[in-house]
Amino acid sequence: MQSYLKLDHIDKTFTRGSATTEVLKDINLTIEKGQYVSIIGHSGCGKSTLLNIVAGLTNATQGGVLLENREVNSPGPDRAVVFQNHSLLPWLTVYENVKLGVDKVFASTKTRAERDAWVMHNLNLVQMAHAKDKRPSEISGGMKQRVGIARALAMEPKVLLLDEPFGALDALTRAHLQDSVMALHQKLGNTILMITHDVDEAVLLSDRIVMMTNGPSARIGEVLEVPLARPRKRLELATSAAYLKCRQRVLEFLYERHRFVEAA
Amino acid sequence: MTPKRAPVAEKYIKMAKETAVRVIPPLVVLALLLLFWELACRRAGSALPPPSRVFKETKELIFDPFFDRGGIDKGLFWHLSASLQRVALGYSLAAIAGVALGTLVGQSVWAMRGLDPLFQVLRTIPPLAWLPLSLAAFRDGQPSAIFVIFITSIWPIIINTAVGIRNIPQDYRNVAAVVQLNPLEFFGKIMIPAAAPYIFTGLRIGIGLSWLAIVAAEMLIGGVGIGFFIWDAWNSSHISEIVLALFYVGIIGFLLDRMIAIVGKFVTRGTAAN
Repeated sequence: MQSYLKLDHIDKTFTRGSATTEVLKDINLTIEKGQYVSIIGHSGCGKSTLLNIVAGLTNATQGGVLLENREVNSPGPDRAVVFQNHSLLPWLTVYENVKLGVDKVFASTKTRAERDAWVMHNLNLVQMAHAKDKRPSEISGGMKQRVGIARALAMEPKVLLLDEPFGALDALTRAHLQDSVMALHQKLGNTILMITHDVDEAVLLSDRIVMMTNGPSARIGEVLEVPLARPRKRLELATSAAYLKCRQRVLEFLYERHRFVEAA
Repeated sequence: MTPKRAPVAEKYIKMAKETAVRVIPPLVVLALLLLFWELACRRAGSALPPPSRVFKETKELIFDPFFDRGGIDKGLFWHLSASLQRVALGYSLAAIAGVALGTLVGQSVWAMRGLDPLFQVLRTIPPLAWLPLSLAAFRDGQPSAIFVIFITSIWPIIINTAVGIRNIPQDYRNVAAVVQLNPLEFFGKIMIPAAAPYIFTGLRIGIGLSWLAIVAAEMLIGGVGIGFFIWDAWNSSHISEIVLALFYVGIIGFLLDRMIAIVGKFVTRGTAAN
């Protein structure tokens, strides 16, 4: 089986002065094209560090990341990130925020008119075309995150990296946005790696759930396949036995075997 | 009054009230101050002229600011515009060099370690202390005055720009890295807009300082300019003219400050309110 994205024996050690902290230990993971994989773990277990390593924003101490069998160790639009706090540039309009990436990625392959159409196409995908001339401060948190998703999608990434994309949103907005991401994944077939700490979110969205042990020296504790057919419907799943079983497995992992120990 | 028109009338009344609340207090204070000044200085032999005499003696200057009888015998418009030109030139150079140096110091740890102590010492030197040195270097009043403006206003611009650059959120740097902006694009599309609120704080302090410095510098270098106009009036014992000139200096300093504030507000729209 050909792996699309491969995390190969990744270790990460932070050094500050004479103190060294081993954050990640021997992380191995392969993701196939079109798969939706979630990484779940307690806060401080290094899941965001892992995502940053895949994004190229942080370098692994040992091991590396292979995308289509080529090593990647610097950031690039082929691994676009949707950041937790949206990270839209406040001085640009919604349209300009998406355009920033599009202009760079398609500078030589698309004409100006095509790039404009592509920005609008992606804003339409997340239902934000109506707000294209607004600034980030003028739209709601959920809308900002939609624009963040559009910005990432518009770069046509090989892997879409989501760093707790719904963490800062209220429950209703979060559910709404999860449905949107699910629909986009269905429609576009992106390969997605998502960091989350929400069990329901992980089960609802993922094909596979990677559960991480507590840090320091966090490892992959268990990988769970989610055998639920797509498209998935939130309401139907609530009573589905398979869904509840998956949920139970993750909960057991997080709250029985690897309880979060508050640092003293 | 018909019922239909009532809301419009109410709106005007409300607007008038709001304006009155803002305008009346400063007018009352101003009137009281003028009255106090008039009473204090009106007796014969007082050192300073009362406002009524100031107005009587400077009427000509107020109503005809454009006369030009050659030399330094010109209307106040020409004096002010000469001063403003010096400020414009010196301040523009300071803005360009200040933002560039501030970016360097904000971006590079080594540049900061090397330059920051130097800046901290140099910025405490009073503007006029630079004047003899610059006269020695340039051997001419005009470039010396411009240099004094430059050296006075550059420090707050450098320091605030550097703080702004250092405070660019890591998020924005990450976005730039994922999009793969090159250093030049990063400078123009991320650094300058992100640091703009800080840069404009520096620019506002800078314009205030340069207006402070020009009046003092012109007193020493002479020629056409509001600073020398004041000094000349003192030498000819035209105290009323000094009062009038101070009034203009204050108003223009205020307008310069407002101008930079308005430009800053326009340029940084959106950035401050994240």
